[in-house]
Amino acid sequence: MDTFVQQLINGLNVGAIYALIALGYTMVYGILRLINFAHGDVYMVGAFAGFYIALYAGFAAGASMVTLSVVLLGAMIIAAIVGMIIERFAYRPVRKYSRMTTLIMAIGVSLLIENLFVAQIGATPRAFPDFLGSQSQAPYRLFGNAAISKAQIVIFLVSIALMLVLQWIVYKTKVGTAMRAVSFNLNSAKLMGINTDAIISLTFAIGSALAAAAGVLTAQYNPNIDPLMGILTGLKAFVAAVLGGIGNIPGAVLGGLLIGAAETFVVGYGHHIGIASTYRDAVAFAILILVLLLRPSGLLGSTVQEKV
Amino acid sequence: MPTFVKRILGLVVIVVVLVALNAFMSRDGLFGFGLPYYYAELLNLTGISIILAVSLNLITGFTGQFSIGHAGFMAVGAYSSVFLTVYYSQSAEQWLTGLVGATVAQSLVFLGIVMFGALVAALAGLLVGIPSLRLRGDYLAIVTLGFAEIIRIIILNIDRAGGATGFRGAVPPWEGRLIIPQYANFIWIGGFAVITIVVVYNIVRSDIGRAFVSIREDELAAEAMGINTTRYKVLSFVISSAFAGIAGALFGHFRQFLHTNDFQFIRSIEIIIMIVLGGMGSITGAVLGAIVITILPELLRQLPGNLIHYRLVIYSALLVIIMLTRPQGVMGAREFGIPWLKRAQKRPEGDKPAGEKGVPIAQSQEAQK
Repeated sequence: MDTFVQQLINGLNVGAIYALIALGYTMVYGILRLINFAHGDVYMVGAFAGFYIALYAGFAAGASMVTLSVVLLGAMIIAAIVGMIIERFAYRPVRKYSRMTTLIMAIGVSLLIENLFVAQIGATPRAFPDFLGSQSQAPYRLFGNAAISKAQIVIFLVSIALMLVLQWIVYKTKVGTAMRAVSFNLNSAKLMGINTDAIISLTFAIGSALAAAAGVLTAQYNPNIDPLMGILTGLKAFVAAVLGGIGNIPGAVLGGLLIGAAETFVVGYGHHIGIASTYRDAVAFAILILVLLLRPSGLLGSTVQEKV
Repeated sequence: MPTFVKRILGLVVIVVVLVALNAFMSRDGLFGFGLPYYYAELLNLTGISIILAVSLNLITGFTGQFSIGHAGFMAVGAYSSVFLTVYYSQSAEQWLTGLVGATVAQSLVFLGIVMFGALVAALAGLLVGIPSLRLRGDYLAIVTLGFAEIIRIIILNIDRAGGATGFRGAVPPWEGRLIIPQYANFIWIGGFAVITIVVVYNIVRSDIGRAFVSIREDELAAEAMGINTTRYKVLSFVISSAFAGIAGALFGHFRQFLHTNDFQFIRSIEIIIMIVLGGMGSITGAVLGAIVITILPELLRQLPGNLIHYRLVIYSALLVIIMLTRPQGVMGAREFGIPWLKRAQKRPEGDKPAGEKGVPIAQSQEAQK
């Protein structure tokens, strides 16, 4: 039982990170029908933005929630700007072309960001300062023996808070209404007087900010950050978005949590049924394929009838 | 001159050129002139890239299905063929050597091995294709990516194929060849590159190819016209995977070392970049893209001083710039060069551009004017 609770805590924790990134994928896809391959790299940019803010502001490791908040906000703002720049200069010019073109553009931007970072700072991992001191501190105990570290609690709380904020923006504000209108039908939204370019830009900003939050939060739990950290995590987060039903915000959260939990359970229990823990990275894709074959629109997605 | 005479002449010319180039690239050289090994290796890898790009073009350029898992099928071909070579080919080769001599025996065995790699890769393509090709567009892309990753991770967990340390030869508890023999040379690689181009060219010109293009232009309309779209999509997938398998087999027997890192997501992306650069739906474009993308990163090594660190940045920036300025690729859907390839430009009268989807064809019509 203890092991189960422990695996669940770790799994949901990883899952919360996937969910935050998946939200950005799903929002952009909902509006532009574009798989934003560069989104995983924005997550990496967010982590590094946090790292450099801490470095230049002289924030050392130590138990301070204030420091973490400053770094988190700073990283989110920087990533939001990066996201808007990517949208403005890479995606907007090719929006009128076929979807294949935009997809390849996304891949190109992703490669460009990765290679730029590798060229500039090298591929060796950097150690992100541990603001919460959770690596030196004994974890809290839950249900008897299951351990939960301070970083994990913060990851849960911050990601839940951010998801609630997103939910509020999308469903309760005027901007959110405009975003939903644009994702429903871009041209009609334009005819109704919505500045669609601005809304698309804002969507990228919000998605990128969430990815940056995921980057900084992950770094509190696992301090090694490197320029290629976004590739696999980004792919899995995308899988999470598809699993939940792409374009669907609660779906992305559900998908993220499911993938995170499934991965951790394979590592924890897989050897009992002959699955080595090295299969961890294959789990997300295997689940994805099964779900797409049984329910192609994802768990919470609605089927879209293709029009002639 | 009758067509068949032309064809035989063409075949003779290709064989002579390949044999001469191979001799030129070998250690002894041709008439005292030899190519340094570095360039020879680059040429061989270019040949393999051509097979990969032209075969992926069949799925992506002509059938319009976006696959980002080509490296996965290449991995299947590479590992299955090398596995056969290492563990099961020795006795067959010995037996054949007694019958027909060493050179012929080796060639026959290798031909069999390459065909085995192609077959296994084609089966993998079928396995992936049947369930996933009911999906459309982006979903297909992500499923092919997923399958390629799963294939890679499964291979990584096969101890007998070297696992995480890579595959150089027989792994200790099992008996077999300790070193993968370097069967593949430029005659094989160049030869298979030519075969791939000819086969894909002929498929595209056939009724099957027409069905592929109709699916690319409008899947719903194609279905309405009575084309079994799933069947043709699976077919293009299987053919393409088989060639990826051949490329993998050649790669394995040329490099004499396999590691799953060679078949990652980024490798599939590289193959896509080749056909995007050259122009989707153009065979010669794919060849051009394969040559440029294989050689460009090496050329950029010559960059002066500090710029060399920015080699891959320049490489990816070029991709972004090409997509911004010429999203249909350098060649669009046009073909160039060798006269009999040029015929592909003469599209039937009714082949009109299909609005926003038809960028490649619109280009080819511009070319006719």
